[in-house]
Amino acid sequence: MMSDEMMEDGGPVKKFLYMNRKAPYGTVYALESLEVVLIGAAFEQDVSLVFADDGLYQIAKGQDTAGIEMKNFSPTYRALEMYDVEQLYVEKESLEARGLTAEDFVVEVEVKTAEEIRDLMEEQDVVLSF
Amino acid sequence: MLLHTVNKSPFEKNALDSCLRMAKAGSSILLIEDGVYAATNNTSVSEKVKGVMGDITVYALEEDVKARGMQDKVMDGIKLVDYAGFVDLVAESDNVSAWL
Repeated sequence: MMSDEMMEDGGPVKKFLYMNRKAPYGTVYALESLEVVLIGAAFEQDVSLVFADDGLYQIAKGQDTAGIEMKNFSPTYRALEMYDVEQLYVEKESLEARGLTAEDFVVEVEVKTAEEIRDLMEEQDVVLSF
Repeated sequence: MLLHTVNKSPFEKNALDSCLRMAKAGSSILLIEDGVYAATNNTSVSEKVKGVMGDITVYALEEDVKARGMQDKVMDGIKLVDYAGFVDLVAESDNVSAWL
């Protein structure tokens, strides 16, 4: 579309929002989402991440997976900044239900209400939910 | 004595609710995998878990707690056990009920 912002090589830039709702190790959703996010970011798209429900636990500080013999992928979220993925949002209602605060995360996040996230979702070209 | 295990997040599935409703006084509950989030402070289910603690001993698997970064948030009164402790609990119990 003519109105789309263009990438340096002339391709269109679309707004992608990734909705992360699953805890990190009980299922494979969180890790799969992270991989897809990194791919989207590598293609220089306009990427936002929302962490809601148990998705908040993906970015919890202090994860030590040595005892369960799984890869701790939480440090990878800190690498998102290098891909210019800087729009990270946490849903306020999910945060409060879990007794967590914005200081409990490995990355800087902006806390948004469900209502604000609803508006954010409306602005997107693509919403991918994991 | 029955040992109940719960491996689902209390915010995503009702396994913990059903377990709390049907576990008898004198039995034990062991929270494992995503079930360990039920062991943490100041959540929407904390009071429910605290409510059974006088009658039921609630354990959480330490390896799963640490993997999820929840080691500083475990509620008072919840006993952490390691894998060897898990084995002991199973061996001591007459039966195990896994709430999936």
